[in-house]
Amino acid sequence: MDFLNALVALSNYVLIPGMAYGSQLALGALGVTMVYGILRFSNFAHGDTMAFGAMVTVLMTWWLQSLGVSLGPLPTALLALPVGIAVCIGMLLATDRAVYHFYREKKAKPVILVIVSMGVMFIMNGIVRFIIGPGDQRFLDGERFLVSARDFKTMTGLQEGLAIKTTQAITVVTAVIVVAALFWFLNRTRAGKSMRAYSDNEDLALLSGINPERVVMLTWIIVAALATIAGVLYGLDKTFKPFTYFQLLLPIFAAAIVGGLGSPLGAIAGGFVIAFSEVTITYAWKKVLGYLMPESLAPDSLMQLLSTDYKFAVSFTILLIVLLFRPTGLFKGKAV
Amino acid sequence: MKKLLMASAAAALMAGTAHAEDVKLGILLGFTGPLESLSPDMAAGAELAIKQVSDSGKFLDGNTVSAVQGDTGCIDAGLAVASAERLITSDGVKGIIGGMCSGETGAVLQNAAIPNGVVMISPSATSPALSTVEDEGLFFRTSPSDARQGKIMADILSDRGIEEVAVTYTNNDYGKGLADSFQAAFEEAGGTVTLNAAHEDGKADYSAEVGALASAGGEVLVVAGYVDQGGKGIINGALDSGAFDTFMFPDGMVSETLESDFGTAIDGSFGQHPSASGDGPAKFAELGEEAGFDPTGAFAPEAYDAAALILLAMQAAGSSDAAAYKDKVMDVANAPGEKILPGELGKALDILKDGGDIDYVGASDVELIGGGESAGNYREIEIKDGKIGTVGYR
Repeated sequence: MDFLNALVALSNYVLIPGMAYGSQLALGALGVTMVYGILRFSNFAHGDTMAFGAMVTVLMTWWLQSLGVSLGPLPTALLALPVGIAVCIGMLLATDRAVYHFYREKKAKPVILVIVSMGVMFIMNGIVRFIIGPGDQRFLDGERFLVSARDFKTMTGLQEGLAIKTTQAITVVTAVIVVAALFWFLNRTRAGKSMRAYSDNEDLALLSGINPERVVMLTWIIVAALATIAGVLYGLDKTFKPFTYFQLLLPIFAAAIVGGLGSPLGAIAGGFVIAFSEVTITYAWKKVLGYLMPESLAPDSLMQLLSTDYKFAVSFTILLIVLLFRPTGLFKGKAV
Repeated sequence: MKKLLMASAAAALMAGTAHAEDVKLGILLGFTGPLESLSPDMAAGAELAIKQVSDSGKFLDGNTVSAVQGDTGCIDAGLAVASAERLITSDGVKGIIGGMCSGETGAVLQNAAIPNGVVMISPSATSPALSTVEDEGLFFRTSPSDARQGKIMADILSDRGIEEVAVTYTNNDYGKGLADSFQAAFEEAGGTVTLNAAHEDGKADYSAEVGALASAGGEVLVVAGYVDQGGKGIINGALDSGAFDTFMFPDGMVSETLESDFGTAIDGSFGQHPSASGDGPAKFAELGEEAGFDPTGAFAPEAYDAAALILLAMQAAGSSDAAAYKDKVMDVANAPGEKILPGELGKALDILKDGGDIDYVGASDVELIGGGESAGNYREIEIKDGKIGTVGYR
């Protein structure tokens, strides 16, 4: 019984939130890794691209809600998501035409493109705040819980409750579907293969007749879709606030680099590594250990390695360690 | 002859301006920031007192009074000091009703009010640290120190038979001051605080903080935070994960936001905020309804009283000069004298003009103690069927 209690407490505070957070980071890191692999620069505007896509979805959701449209137990935002993706695609393609295209033609160095992407980041940052404001926005509706803590307790008779939020379940399911679709696209379709060829060797790809502008366009479309989905899932699960997306940039980059920049599989693994490190290192283990250990050994202190304020420090530390000892990341991506 | 006419015209003009002089008061509150949902009612409360005094025509030989607003951002000391400087130097205010939050109030006092010699009466800064601050007699507050609130909280918990609580506070002067004074009072009364942890405002996700609090355990979670900020996030996280379902809300959390955002999910939770019983609040409630704002909003009565005290002290001193009237604030607020309820400011002005004594009771049952802070009356509330209800007064 104590073992079960410990397991439930662990799932409730570490495993389930970690899974959801990891999926969100993985989707974000996939976008970063795609840009790095194919367009060959670190896209600092990615966090704000997520905010932009999520913002369009939020506005669309409000409009649908005002019309009385709903998906029953599911959040209406899922219905608004395609619109968010479409507008975000338009935004990124326009940005590419207006900004990145110019530097690509000049064969600018990656470091210049990084700085350019920072400029884009600030502009997007401003646009999002200008349209929707800097504050918290609520757009979640539908059933809040798949399993609520109180129901779980009465159902099982355990001391610990287990809560699974609808948004957590949706996050994980959506992430699986999106990742599967992405891998199918990259490995099985002609367009996907041409993207990989372009990423592996640009000159050879050009020689074999691959149209670079088409590859670039496809990349931005996929990145926009990934960013919007990640942004909306994060907003649904936590809260939509423009500044938090900017803060997400660090864990997302950490995830992409830990997995190996340019490697889609690495981005996913990196997302979960970062998420679980953040959660486990800042979790207070007192409760779980209290159930597992005999009474006499039960800890008095909180058994918390780092205060929760240092969450971002964890991803930063992991990032540094990986860059020092294995710059190509876990999955042999490109060295930074 | 021409010169004489000119001189008399000038004299008449000067006399005229002296008569129609408009005394300005600054209302320095957090119109933006983590307590922005409280400030409109507070400002309306202060403006009501100002309007009553101004309309009575009895203030300092018929002077009028008007209000100028300034924003503090509640947690932004830089903005608060800049706003206060603007109020004092360019608008020329003779007294300030504010600031709103403790940290920012201390900053304004040190950097703007004391250097310029302007009286500040805060309706809502409750940090214990402000009791001992060196203020040259310029600082008062119509809200009680949190040292008192900590004790009240300990009393409420022991009356409810709760012995173990976890505490989380917003990481600033207000949160830390309240959490520490509560912990001291509660432990003295024999209770146990399993964890006293800070949270930062403005984060998207508080599940990690809630995890630590849940791990520490406790029957009730005390949330010494801001209702429009991290406090809400913490409650959300705690409800979502089932870590806590009963909460204790100190003054920064008691707001309609609780009803609209959580409703019945927090039934059985309780808390307290400064508020008085008796004739004062009832009278003030009537006046507030008439004026079109929510008179039960936290600190709205205190704001009314802060404005009234400044104006009555000016009347007692016969001058709007801070150096003259700062010593009169305690006199008009406390006995002896005729008791003054909200809406009776005109009567009070008359008594003071004739050299009599008043004991201002006002909307929050004002009784200034120590260095000039309210003795403190609290309304104990409980959430029932998704609504904030009154349990009693302490």
